Amino acid sequence: MQPETAAQHDPTLAHHFESHRQQHEASLVGMWAFLAQEVMFFGGMFLAYTVYRHLHPEAFVVGSLTLDPVYGTINTAVLIVSSLTMALAVRSAQLGRGKQAALWIGGTALAAGIFLVIKGVEYSHKYHDGLIPNFAWHPSETSAPSLEIFYSFYFVLTGTHALHMIVGVALMAVVAIRALRGRYGPSNYIGVEVLGLYWHFVDLVWIFLFPLFYLLGRHLG
Amino acid sequence: MNEHNPALRHDPELAHVLPLRTYLGVFALLLVLTGVTTGIAYIDLGVLNTPIALSIASVKALSVILVFMHVKFSGKLVWLFVIGGFAWLLILFSFSLSDYYTRSVISGWGG
Repeated sequence: MQPETAAQHDPTLAHHFESHRQQHEASLVGMWAFLAQEVMFFGGMFLAYTVYRHLHPEAFVVGSLTLDPVYGTINTAVLIVSSLTMALAVRSAQLGRGKQAALWIGGTALAAGIFLVIKGVEYSHKYHDGLIPNFAWHPSETSAPSLEIFYSFYFVLTGTHALHMIVGVALMAVVAIRALRGRYGPSNYIGVEVLGLYWHFVDLVWIFLFPLFYLLGRHLG
Repeated sequence: MNEHNPALRHDPELAHVLPLRTYLGVFALLLVLTGVTTGIAYIDLGVLNTPIALSIASVKALSVILVFMHVKFSGKLVWLFVIGGFAWLLILFSFSLSDYYTRSVISGWGG
């Protein structure tokens, strides 16, 4: 980490940083500040879910039984696979293997696409069953009072989560192209690392959404 | 490995490259816990179903945060932001729920 003169300026180190480590840490801490904000953003919705489930316990049990646990479980596994491939993309970038990193990012995007297609199939089933509040709401005889509240939470939470995934896939395209162009190396892989942090956070949210929506009433079904 | 890469000259110690088996181990743990939580959900454990599901989810979340997100190997400043985010979440939940969960006890509101 010797100080540089203009003559030996390293293009991978921005002028305002003293070292690659400082540059890396600055982005890392910035990303975690953003993720702490995301924790609060989703936290507010999870809190609202908890309060309304406390007020309407029977609607949440019935609601959970109208979701298909097979789709939910498969999507959980798909997202775990995508987290692994993303972790391996970061590892490849750390080792300076740009093409390999781009391939792993491509694999992650593919898994994300599978997740979103399955989610879309689920949403279309809910449309045909008339279980979309304020849009296509004509539930059958299995309906419980306040079921609409459960489905409002279901669509807002899984919808916000899916929106985060779509943003993630767009970011993947940018980072994968940069990786292919050899922009990342063992001392400047923070772009891939930050993308990985974002993606793992999306996985974290789903880890809690899955039991809270798909599994909560199974033992009573 | 990458002598033409200028980055390596400056700070070869920056990247903490974990062995593949660490990632595969966490991956296997996440899949097994998903199976476990799905299986347990079908067993009637009364009021315990949700706490158990949330405990398993927390173990999964912790392994993702510590290994996949490299927090275990990150500096103190990163730890501060991670703990800060979740500490505020805890405050949000404990203060709000201590209100909502006790209203029925105090006034019969929301039974």
